[in-house]
Amino acid sequence: MKAAVITFPGSNCDRDLQDAFVKAGAEVVKVWHKETALPAGIDVIGIPGGFSFGDYLRCGAIASRSPIGQAVADFARRGGYVLGVCNGFQVLAEMGLLPGALMRNAGLKFISKPVALRVETADSLYTEGYAAGQEIVIPIAHADGNYQIDAEGLARLRGEDRVAFRYVNNPNGATDDIAGVLSENRRVLGMMPHPERVVEPAQGGTDGAALFRALTGVMAAA
Amino acid sequence: MKARVHVMLKDGVLDPQGEAVRNALGHLGFEGVGAVRQGKVIELDLTGFDKAAAEAEVRAMCEKLLANTVIEKYTVEIV
Repeated sequence: MKAAVITFPGSNCDRDLQDAFVKAGAEVVKVWHKETALPAGIDVIGIPGGFSFGDYLRCGAIASRSPIGQAVADFARRGGYVLGVCNGFQVLAEMGLLPGALMRNAGLKFISKPVALRVETADSLYTEGYAAGQEIVIPIAHADGNYQIDAEGLARLRGEDRVAFRYVNNPNGATDDIAGVLSENRRVLGMMPHPERVVEPAQGGTDGAALFRALTGVMAAA
Repeated sequence: MKARVHVMLKDGVLDPQGEAVRNALGHLGFEGVGAVRQGKVIELDLTGFDKAAAEAEVRAMCEKLLANTVIEKYTVEIV
């Protein structure tokens, strides 16, 4: 099972994301943003958190239009698995691979703390290691995690069971308490909380490990 | 030729920054401020276009990069 982790200038969670994949048994290739193609044989792409391109223009906007961004978008459109965490979620929304947009937190402050999430669906490769309705604790660290989507888009997300995670206590004003969403084919997941920061006890929690284990386990067996 | 692009949040999209500015104005004693919306102005120096072509090109730039049309609207002014 082979994962690619993309690094943009300003990414700062790429090593953590790499470690989480490795601990779950994946081989990881780091890919620099100037590459125009992905290495061969990639099963899943991880887009890490951070402040790609200094959050200039809009969070994730420049990264989503970078050379590797096009390759990531093509990979997703061919049915590839892509996990975007925090800034990675913003990048995926800017690419149009996930609906909606991430705006400034309602309280305007950068929030960095562990939060309780409810896993809303176990029907995805990312969430099948959890039970629907299960509460987990995963840290957030963002200033722009206020998920916004119009009423029609929200109805669609709900109707298609594509809300992966909701905040138990909404920290940032996100519409419908949404913390993570799935693409229509359920193979692209964007989430503001950082599962890669809670994969071993030394990090203070392990609630994120099931996400990576399920992802790599299923793919290794396939 | 210069183009000036105004990018604003669409009506109905909550603007937490504008709201904070409105509150601050209230604290300073400015009265009668109903709502504040904060946007961006982007200026571009363009060469090799006539006015119509420049406007079309800048609109394409807005659609592809300068605005996120999920939450933002834009206007293009050629000056």
